[in-house]
Amino acid sequence: MTGRRWVIQLLCVLVSLFMAVPIYLITLAALSSRESLDRFPLPLLPTSLSGETMTTFLRSTGVVGGLINSITIGLSTVVLSLAIGLPAGYALARYAFRGKDAYQIGLLLTRALPIVVLSVPLGRTFLDLGLYDTTYGVTLLHTALALPTTILITSAIFLGVPPEQEEAAMIFGASPLVAFVRVVLPQALPGIAASALFTFVLSWNEVLGASILTLGRRTLPAQLLATLADSPLAFRFAGGLALVLPALIFIAIVRRYLLNMWGTTLR
Amino acid sequence: MNVTVKNLVKTYPSGNRRATDDISLTVEDGEFLVLVGPSGCGKTTLLRMVAGLETPDSGTVTIGGRDVTALPARERGLSMVFQSYAIFPHLKVRQNIGFGLTMRKVPRAEWDSRVRRAAELLDLGDYLDRYPAQLSGGQRQRVAVARAIAVDADVLLMDEPLSNLDALLRMQFRAELKKIVARLGTTTLYVTHDQAEAMSLGDRVAVLRDGRIDQLGTPMAVYSRPASQFVGGFLGAPPMNFFPATVSSGRLQVGDVSFPGGPSGWEDRKVLVGIRAEAIGVSADIPGTVEVAEPTGATTLLTVRWAGGELKVQTAAGFEGSEVGLSFPPAALRFFDPDTSLALH
Amino acid sequence: MRKLWLILPSIVFMTALFAWPLVSGVLQAFSGSGTFRRMVDDPYFWEAARNTALLIVALIPLQFALAVTMALLMREKPRFAGLHFYLWVVPLAISDLAAGLVWLSIFTDRGYLNSILEKAGVESYAWLSVENPSTMFLAVLIAELWRATALVFVIVVAGLQNVPREYDEAAAVFGATYWQRLRHVILPQLKPSLQVALILRTILALEAFAVAQALTGRSFPLLVGETYQWYYTLQNPNVATAIALVVLTLSIVASIGYLRLMRP
Repeated sequence: MTGRRWVIQLLCVLVSLFMAVPIYLITLAALSSRESLDRFPLPLLPTSLSGETMTTFLRSTGVVGGLINSITIGLSTVVLSLAIGLPAGYALARYAFRGKDAYQIGLLLTRALPIVVLSVPLGRTFLDLGLYDTTYGVTLLHTALALPTTILITSAIFLGVPPEQEEAAMIFGASPLVAFVRVVLPQALPGIAASALFTFVLSWNEVLGASILTLGRRTLPAQLLATLADSPLAFRFAGGLALVLPALIFIAIVRRYLLNMWGTTLR
Repeated sequence: MNVTVKNLVKTYPSGNRRATDDISLTVEDGEFLVLVGPSGCGKTTLLRMVAGLETPDSGTVTIGGRDVTALPARERGLSMVFQSYAIFPHLKVRQNIGFGLTMRKVPRAEWDSRVRRAAELLDLGDYLDRYPAQLSGGQRQRVAVARAIAVDADVLLMDEPLSNLDALLRMQFRAELKKIVARLGTTTLYVTHDQAEAMSLGDRVAVLRDGRIDQLGTPMAVYSRPASQFVGGFLGAPPMNFFPATVSSGRLQVGDVSFPGGPSGWEDRKVLVGIRAEAIGVSADIPGTVEVAEPTGATTLLTVRWAGGELKVQTAAGFEGSEVGLSFPPAALRFFDPDTSLALH
Repeated sequence: MRKLWLILPSIVFMTALFAWPLVSGVLQAFSGSGTFRRMVDDPYFWEAARNTALLIVALIPLQFALAVTMALLMREKPRFAGLHFYLWVVPLAISDLAAGLVWLSIFTDRGYLNSILEKAGVESYAWLSVENPSTMFLAVLIAELWRATALVFVIVVAGLQNVPREYDEAAAVFGATYWQRLRHVILPQLKPSLQVALILRTILALEAFAVAQALTGRSFPLLVGETYQWYYTLQNPNVATAIALVVLTLSIVASIGYLRLMRP
């Protein structure tokens, strides 16, 4: 290897260390026993691993409930945003219609809206509608946040299936719906799954809106944020790990689609 | 079953020009009719309206006497081969070929035997359990054709099915396609921009230009008696030669050269003369200079400069020399009105 | 009109959950008298505004330099590229609250950084203490750099894929050095990607708050954190909305500014 290759390898390792070491340390902290977390200096190697900190965390008030709420809201958000977003993404990919450009620009503009701007007025409306402090309310907000991305990603996916294939299916006797289900959907499924995961992670991570729209039925991050100041360090480390874990899994699954997803929707 | 289109008009929202401009046409039962023309002439639009993939602005489509203009594609009882093949990448060859049968809910045993028959007709018997991604371009094309014939439809539509194949494969498959369709006897409407394909495949050929049919006839009739300068120039390789001449007492005057021939009743007027490259003689008295000689194996193609400009002349293989004495057999001369470019009769 | 039925639900939904709250939010902020007065009279507001601005100004150039470097490293196809890529994009899916908690384990008084220093014989330091505003800022900066560089990286990598290698190779054939190629061939073609990344990152940086909250509590206030305080602790949704509108205005101004600035 030439000197230049060595420098490149070295730099890559340095960047990877910068990204990986904090994750290693929070995992170490969350899997250490109470007693070893009180020691100073802290051990840097996993010498005294224990599930004690995580168990205590899970037994704390509101954590399991928050976990259930987070999962419920995440899954409902996935279902709702696909139910609304898939047809729109399909229409965007297949048809020309008046106001199409305006529609697409509108979708992109929603990214510029800070979540707080929506959350506070929505909180007031939800209070009137009886949706305040329910999983439904948070689901609606998260769907609104995920929908533009869902529409743009799925439309890029549908663009990848040539319209002639649907036409061929219809020539050979399929109705438009059958053509979609038997020809387009199977080919679009991996991309749709990636988009669904993306939506789930977005909902899992969102904290501000969920905090503003709920009081008792908090999501896990909202619960963590609300109790941050009063909770012991061990609790916060365990919470940190609980929040990071889905990210590790999510990225491992969608790594292959990542560039396409961002490449097509961000331009 | 015959296919008749009447007064079909279609304008796309983006263009102000009509894609098809009042086209009427009948494909007889069992006939192989080719629509040929340059890109943008409306041939694919016409085919897609017959298929039910586009809706005409006005006019009707009837198949076997039944008006299908308002019916969706799936209820027209036809079959189609697409230019991009449009075979389904997520299905095995077997399911691709049987797709139309699946949609028609054909019983299992019959499904199997019909898929097998179509596959064998196209030499795909060994590939039934592969996915399209594991096939070559030529094999995918075969799958598309097998899928189209497996359903045993009354009418078969083909949209430039050979244009994605390389030249050698295209020649081979062309002959095979002709054999298969002749054996099935299905009424066929075939679109291509390749004039050689049109000539070799069609029982009749319709030459389209700017959304209208310029000429409709058997390949040899269209080739030897083009109805317009456009048709003569589009069909045949090399295209027909054209040069202007003046008619005077049974002779044609080109510059200071004159030779016998000319349309009757056109005395002392300018006329556009057309002649095929293979009809021109090279051992007579009208002087010409050979600019280029291209041997093609069976023949030699000459580019000759003479009093009337430039000519393509097809002559015997092994031709050599730089000077020729041209002759224009009167029976091979075709005449066109220089103003309208239409043939004189 | 099948296509209308396909997009109509999304339009209704977006109107109900984006357009309507936006309008009613603006009305709400301007209806209560003295709402903006109360906002600007609060010293925390100005501190938060200053911190937010400081964070953006320091963070974004660092982040873009790092992301472009990472993308160029990846273009060289290093060994274990798959593993490196995975580690570099993992933070994409990590929330700012989680990032704050991760780095808290490092910067807290009895955390991993001080543990390492202690073992090296150096005295511990109160990185996150109010008495040390510069290291507190540094901690937030590093946590944000760690969390949010991945987004820029992915956009730049996607952009680089659209830069044909032939251009680069042609330039190399004509004797351009690596730096010349970077300056004259690669970076100009990355401009659209960088522009998108810049707009997106600025908007997202304006919205950051949980990182700082997790690391420092309210010692290092940020604008969006203040809306949370006003809404949650001070129970005043009007002022909360007013601050949110300030953030929105800044987002729009920044986006337009970038588009103007980078126009060809």
